[in-house]
Amino acid sequence: MTHTFGDLVGHRRTARVIAPDELAEHVKGLLAVGYRPALVAGHDDTTRLRAVYLFTQAGSDHRVELHVPLDRAAERLPSLAGLSFPIGRFEREMRDLFGIVPAEHPLPRRLVRHFHWPRGWYPMRADAGDPPEFGDVDGPYPFRTVEGPGVYEIPVGPVHAGMIEPGHFRFSVVGETILNLKARLWFVHKGLEKLFQGRRPDQGVELAERISGDTAVGHTLAYCIAVEDALDISVPAAARRDRAVLLELERLHNHVADIGALCNDVGHGILHAHAGRIREWLLRANEEITGHRLLRGAIRPGTTRLLAAPDTEFLATIAMDVAEIAGLAVEHSVVRDRFGGTARLTAGQAADLGVLGYVARASGLTFDARHDHPFVRPPLPRSAPSHTEGDVLSRFLIRNGEIQESVAWISALLDGAADLEPDLPGVAARSGVGIVEGWRGAIAHRVEIARDGTLSRVKVVDPSFFNWPALPVALADTIVPDFPLVNKSFNLSYAGNDL
Amino acid sequence: MSALGIVGGVVQPLAVVAGSPVLVGMMRQVRARLEGRAGPGIAQPWRDLRKLFGKEPIAPRGTGVVFRAAPYALVATTLVVSFVAPLATVDSPLDPVADLFAVVALLTAGTVALALAGLDTGTAFGGMGASREMTIVALVEPTLLVAVFALSVPVGSTNLAAIVSSTLRDPARAISPASLLAAVALVIVIVAETGRLPVDNPSTHLELTMVHEAMVLEYAGPDLALVELASAMRLGVFLALLANLFVPWGIATTAGPFAVLGGVLALAVKVVVLGLALAVGEVFLAKLRLFRVPELLAGSFLLALLAVAASFFLA
Repeated sequence: MTHTFGDLVGHRRTARVIAPDELAEHVKGLLAVGYRPALVAGHDDTTRLRAVYLFTQAGSDHRVELHVPLDRAAERLPSLAGLSFPIGRFEREMRDLFGIVPAEHPLPRRLVRHFHWPRGWYPMRADAGDPPEFGDVDGPYPFRTVEGPGVYEIPVGPVHAGMIEPGHFRFSVVGETILNLKARLWFVHKGLEKLFQGRRPDQGVELAERISGDTAVGHTLAYCIAVEDALDISVPAAARRDRAVLLELERLHNHVADIGALCNDVGHGILHAHAGRIREWLLRANEEITGHRLLRGAIRPGTTRLLAAPDTEFLATIAMDVAEIAGLAVEHSVVRDRFGGTARLTAGQAADLGVLGYVARASGLTFDARHDHPFVRPPLPRSAPSHTEGDVLSRFLIRNGEIQESVAWISALLDGAADLEPDLPGVAARSGVGIVEGWRGAIAHRVEIARDGTLSRVKVVDPSFFNWPALPVALADTIVPDFPLVNKSFNLSYAGNDL
Repeated sequence: MSALGIVGGVVQPLAVVAGSPVLVGMMRQVRARLEGRAGPGIAQPWRDLRKLFGKEPIAPRGTGVVFRAAPYALVATTLVVSFVAPLATVDSPLDPVADLFAVVALLTAGTVALALAGLDTGTAFGGMGASREMTIVALVEPTLLVAVFALSVPVGSTNLAAIVSSTLRDPARAISPASLLAAVALVIVIVAETGRLPVDNPSTHLELTMVHEAMVLEYAGPDLALVELASAMRLGVFLALLANLFVPWGIATTAGPFAVLGGVLALAVKVVVLGLALAVGEVFLAKLRLFRVPELLAGSFLLALLAVAASFFLA
């Protein structure tokens, strides 16, 4: 490894300032030795703009930051879309929010940019001001046209028949077989990252809890770890253990809901009803443990506050119940037929797209931030994914496997398996990174704190940002009536994706 | 036209209209209870209908007369069937219409009207639902005809009343091989025709998986109420026909008030028992992949063919 990583700026994190033309060389080197792009963020330092690339290495838990300052006169970066697909998406996001142009990007279309924003208005810039009135629509939204005998299009959404978030899906179909799917998202930009700016770090918690309603713990924890990293706040070992427990409790109630919903989507209502019962039990337990059914309010920078310890016997019963439901589902020949082989995402595709979480594990990738970027030691041992076919069945069964694993891990944590080493002393570099395995996958937050102690920039990356492009890839050659099932097996966040 | 026929012509449509939504309510309630849910009660479909009938009629822009006429066509065809078919009384006010082919054609006409309405909306879902419904109907109708034909062979008439009366006279016919094979085939096609699991999921909210619901997505207010009522009536009529073709006992054979009352009660009991059996069965079922539906329906067609063969060779 011939790279010089630059200066140590935080927990296992080094940073280096480089010029735009050095970028490709550095990134190539990092990707070659197994680093993965975790986050790319634009910054407006008023006198100039700055792009920050954060790479993480799974085995060593090293984090490397590349800072690329950009003069106001030349707000351009060489596009790295050819090296890494996720970086290409981050570049488009940066262009839409900051006006930093990725030169020679292979797909220079807007990504997060709202249809009605006036041209040349970049909401994350310091001088952007209040959101303008919606202007003229910014040109037609180009959908790829598929031509041929019998090909027709099915537009769905953004308003749906069920209670789900807004997304528009354009299917090009022959008969019932999907030839091409374009998911048009980004209807709900809330300016969340901007809302963080100017708040004190403890005031950011309430925002972090609401980034994605079902991931309150994941995002709050990533945010708090980032703040603690930036200010070198040490967290008592017991508090870190409680955080690990809360993270698993969140995984439990979400995975149970998904298991039920997947059964419901193939019309097997009775298993959905029972999954609903189990989820309600879990939510009530959550309320006893934290005072909030979705586990808000427990995690703060530097501390974790639980009202009661989780009942491990109760959780063991839940795990058995869920295993029974999952068993009944896959033993049902029709359910198995609907799940098995449907919408396969190969390991190669998953790796190329940088997919995270259970979607990645169901395709055979093993990345898990609980193991690779741990905040309790010893970390969760790496277990080989139990099902790696990449189809709906694997994504269904892997959730059951993770529920079993979570319950065992909570028991182990509460029994003192983690030997509760004291927190490593770090440096207060006023920038911090938090990486947490939320229930959907690895969440990354990066914060910068100004001299006056307020947040000057918070960048949030939900795993959905990485996983959304995998959905259309998996759906090729799947039939239209299976789409809701496949979509649920991915269960990606719209809110966490469109900040 | 006999007195019994006239009485039947008045009583049967009333019973079907009033009772069908209750039947649907009972089926939903049973399913809810079996799944551990409280359920909305058996009167919920009627409450929904009352609410929908009280709304202003709205038709989407660009739809034409086909879209507006389809709910009436659907209700009308089902009403005619409930008027003529031997449901509560053996005699029919319009005996020639109580014919196997006429009844199946009437019920299919309603389905076609709805599919045309789905196409008339010009939306992707209407077209998609219509296309799927036609795929299913094309497989269902032959089975329906062949299965009932198997029953008509021993009787020597395709008149439904004649088939029912003949079974009443000769009860052994109800458990003949032909009859049993035809019964199984008919159960499958009725499940498909009325959009129940495992062919269609009547309670789904996922637009892309719908068959029947996709065709009627654009309906609102009184039109939707008519479509919902007609769907319930079709389910009731199909179950009543199924019951009377194989277990006709209790059907009124004279025009006396007690006989007619007994006929209506027997009809209600038979339909409720069948409906509840269907609802209980659905708890254990999941929805088939769309491309597996033809396999199921091909199987039922084979059973119907065997029934015809059996009715010739084993009679």
